[in-house]
Amino acid sequence: MTADQRIRWLLKPVVFATSLLPAAWYAFAVATDGLGANPIEALNRGLGDWALRFLLIALAVTPLRQITGWNGFARFRRMLGLFAFFYVVMHLSSYVVLDHFFAWKVIWQDILKRTYITVGMLGVLLLLPLAVTSTKGWIRRLGKRWQTLHRAAYIAGIAGVVHFYMMVKADVREPLIYGAILAVLLGWRAVTAMRRRNGRRAARPQAA
Amino acid sequence: MLIRIANPTDVKPSEITSPSLYLDRRAFIAAAGLAVAGAIGGALPAGAAVLSDGKLEGVKSGPFGTEDELTPLDKVNSYNNFYEFGTDKADPQRNARFFKTKPWTVEVAGAVAKPGSIGLDDLVKPHTLEERVYRMRCVEAWSMVIPWVGIPLADVLKRFEPTGNAKFVAFETLHDPKQMPGQNRKVLDWPYVEGLRIDEAMHPLTILAVGVYGQSLPNQNGAPLRLVVPWKYGFKGIKSIVRINFQEKMPATSWNESAPGEYGFYSNVNPKVDHPRWSQATERRIGEFFRRDTLSFNGYADQVASLYAGMDLKKDF
Repeated sequence: MTADQRIRWLLKPVVFATSLLPAAWYAFAVATDGLGANPIEALNRGLGDWALRFLLIALAVTPLRQITGWNGFARFRRMLGLFAFFYVVMHLSSYVVLDHFFAWKVIWQDILKRTYITVGMLGVLLLLPLAVTSTKGWIRRLGKRWQTLHRAAYIAGIAGVVHFYMMVKADVREPLIYGAILAVLLGWRAVTAMRRRNGRRAARPQAA
Repeated sequence: MLIRIANPTDVKPSEITSPSLYLDRRAFIAAAGLAVAGAIGGALPAGAAVLSDGKLEGVKSGPFGTEDELTPLDKVNSYNNFYEFGTDKADPQRNARFFKTKPWTVEVAGAVAKPGSIGLDDLVKPHTLEERVYRMRCVEAWSMVIPWVGIPLADVLKRFEPTGNAKFVAFETLHDPKQMPGQNRKVLDWPYVEGLRIDEAMHPLTILAVGVYGQSLPNQNGAPLRLVVPWKYGFKGIKSIVRINFQEKMPATSWNESAPGEYGFYSNVNPKVDHPRWSQATERRIGEFFRRDTLSFNGYADQVASLYAGMDLKKDF
């Protein structure tokens, strides 16, 4: 088995199946009445947690690749990003279908009036074009612009953390942990970008 | 995966009162009451409430009932906002298991003729335990229907003879971080404090609860003594009370101090005044799929709306 085959036929299916486990667990919990007294709330919060976790995991791929030097990590980036989008959509659906049962007027007012929902929706809207343009065809068509476009994931991550932070009543510890992880992941990118620029400048011949 | 460890105070399935017996309890209690009355020559004392660890005896049916279906006991006891035992609603059941509620003393102070410390048994004894089936509307837009067992707060307060300066009543929860692990983190400014205007405190709907579903209060539900004010959001119902203070000034309240723009002193259930982060127009009754409309004063407007005549409830939310 070559390294490429190992990734394609072994590691990718394993990561794929693992990424589905939270969804499977919630499906099982719903079916067996295992989500406590307020299952709709528990499901909605749980799916939101996983959306944010997968967003952070997807954003961790590039730093991990740079730190370890193993380029194989890059092969999982799209899958993990799409799983983040999958859990975002599930989270949003549970809000629309289970929490409000398609009460569009109420939902629209929520989006306009409740800042944390406005911010959350902004995150979803940012991720939508990224999910659509994640195919090989779009990557080819967009060329260099693809990478620029997909930096919107950073803003979506910030939107996710802010959405969570603003939602909690008093105990902000959890959203702060997510925020700290996101700060490290984005900070890493900022530092490497700066180093690269400085390196380029240093390589340039100095004017006399 | 969440592994649920059975709580020693949990009611085992085998202990659940059969519905027919439960529905007949009033008849049973009435008959028992008559028998006792007969035995002592018809001279029943005004009250003689006795607290016990399990089933509470001598509970009479109280007023203000509702036709709404009761929220099952396991839901009432497993979904609690009691930040002293953790901020997740499943935390209190787990973390309050070994909470010591005996002995329990309540300090009564301030603008009263007869201040002092009083043991819980003595606090409750002169009264008759009543069952009050009340709607409970949480500020987070969910609700339950709970058969509390308690005594009217007014009857208790009067015994301490409030003076003319007693315009408000302040309540305080126990502060004991060793027993209440949630108090080790400053999520709120401990101890938890709450308060009522004196007319709210004296209103016949307001009770001090010592039980639920005919049993002593489980620890996660505010044992051994908690406030129940059914027309206000649930957080006004302060739990595990150790101090009652009568005062002239409006007392500070924990959630108001934490977020003044979100939680007012009054916190009357009001579908027309939204929480800044969510609508209060509807609520999810625990156990139901569709949201239902939230009622003004949680459905107790006929009893309490007059307390707030002339007030701007959008301003004094």
